[in-house]
Amino acid sequence: MEPRPRSFYILSAFFALFVLFLYGPTLTIGILSFQGEGGGLTFPMRGVSLYWFYDLFEQQAVGDIWGSFRRSIALGLMVMVTTVVVSVMGGLAFRKKFAGSGILFYLIITALVIPSILVSLGVGLLFSQSGLNVHWTSSGFGAQLTWTLPFGLLIMFAVFNRFDKSFEEAARDLGASPWQTIRYVVLPIIAPSLIGVALFGFTLSYDEFARTLLTAGSYNTLPLEIYGMTTNVTSPVLYALGTLTTLFSLLIIGAFLALARLSNRRKARAGSDAGKAV
Amino acid sequence: MKKLLENRNVTGWLMVSPLAAVLLVFLVMPIILIIIVSFWRATEFSIIPAFEWDNYAFLFGSPVTYTVFLNTFKYAFITWAFTLVIGFTVAYYLTFHIRSQTWQIALFLLCTIPFWTSNIIRMISWIPFLGRNGIANSTLMSWGVLDEPVEWLLFSDFAVILAFVHLYTLFMVVPIFNTMMRIDRSLIEAARDAGASGVQILWNVIIPLTKPGIMIGTIFVVTLVMGDFITVRFMSGSQSANVGRLISNDIALLQYPSASATAIVLLATVLITIGILLRFVDIRKEL
Repeated sequence: MEPRPRSFYILSAFFALFVLFLYGPTLTIGILSFQGEGGGLTFPMRGVSLYWFYDLFEQQAVGDIWGSFRRSIALGLMVMVTTVVVSVMGGLAFRKKFAGSGILFYLIITALVIPSILVSLGVGLLFSQSGLNVHWTSSGFGAQLTWTLPFGLLIMFAVFNRFDKSFEEAARDLGASPWQTIRYVVLPIIAPSLIGVALFGFTLSYDEFARTLLTAGSYNTLPLEIYGMTTNVTSPVLYALGTLTTLFSLLIIGAFLALARLSNRRKARAGSDAGKAV
Repeated sequence: MKKLLENRNVTGWLMVSPLAAVLLVFLVMPIILIIIVSFWRATEFSIIPAFEWDNYAFLFGSPVTYTVFLNTFKYAFITWAFTLVIGFTVAYYLTFHIRSQTWQIALFLLCTIPFWTSNIIRMISWIPFLGRNGIANSTLMSWGVLDEPVEWLLFSDFAVILAFVHLYTLFMVVPIFNTMMRIDRSLIEAARDAGASGVQILWNVIIPLTKPGIMIGTIFVVTLVMGDFITVRFMSGSQSANVGRLISNDIALLQYPSASATAIVLLATVLITIGILLRFVDIRKEL
């Protein structure tokens, strides 16, 4: 192997600093959430305790944290399932040109680049002007989909750009119907990428703030609850909540990554499943 | 019936119908409604259907609008410059200096994980760093650089841009990394064989081939910063304004017509910017 050039070490240091920049602040509030009872929002630590975590579990004065957490998870799962199904269908459809596919593509790009406050404002207005109640399961759900679907579709476009069409042709030559081709050939091949789409769907919904702001109605999701806390809570209880939600996010990401790895490995081990589709 | 299903336009639309329905109800109709409402009239407690240009006249007649739009562009430009330099360097390092694919994937994941965690928490986590008694101030004081804590670290334009760079550099890293990984290595070897220096290879081979990735990253960063209202509010301690905050303030005062007018002008600005950027890249080819 060639020896490493000097630029390697400089860039390694740069990269290390970048990672520190990315994770440093989060780690800091992780440490500070164990602040002693008399401590404040910054260092020094006045002892180490779980006081602020207890505080978070006990005091309900700041709002309905656990209710909002449950709603965020439910909404995240709804958005995740919808995003996966709709993105796969969209991705399959976009492989062939159809009348109006160009316009639809530009709509997807618009959904991606439109300032999120416009979606929030517009969906809020739409529901209030048509006499419907804004609720996280209806308006909130739809507003979040305008953000997760473009991501899901972009991933599907990337997947199908790299998809080897000869698999499908082989299936067709062997007499598979279009549905059989998709069910037994296409879907198993793209399955690992669907885990990625699901991860995007869930986490983007779980963390979404702007698009839910005017569309969630009277029941807050977790990011809205946290945002409300930033204006009136000035104790490390905020950090305790931040640490817990970040840990939860990491848990979800870890689970999805493990799942992706597992499915890749299974695919590699199983090799061909020829003949099993009968 | 069978013939109908063989028509590719019909099957295409059947498969995209859920997508089209969502986009129609939650994107197209809301935008149309915002356009309509931007011509309405507002009283203190209600909004009344009308057709008048007052909201736009007020918007364009107020000097605040121009300052705020200028401020929005300023944030977008500075954030873009920083995220581009950092994102390009990181992607370059991952692509050309990390030799094993396992490490490449691992380090790339390390960079992308924060993207899947909460933005608001990531903003909050700057408080212990930048506050008056925060880590930055106390470190600088213990080194003797400062005699007394500086006040402009938190709740300032500096904090806003720092948070933007912190939140959005990933949107630069990912597309640039994606394009760089597809550069044919033999091109670089050829350049080296032809006697190009490292800098020449970077400038004449790698950067031109990475342009599509840079463009996609640019689109993401610029639109996210221009449409933001929460980061500016939180990190500037309500001392600075951008267009998003103008809109959200109007919404808070229930002035929906004027919020809508501002929103439409913002949307037009963003779309024009994107339109210009899209002239340089074909997104669908680059995925």
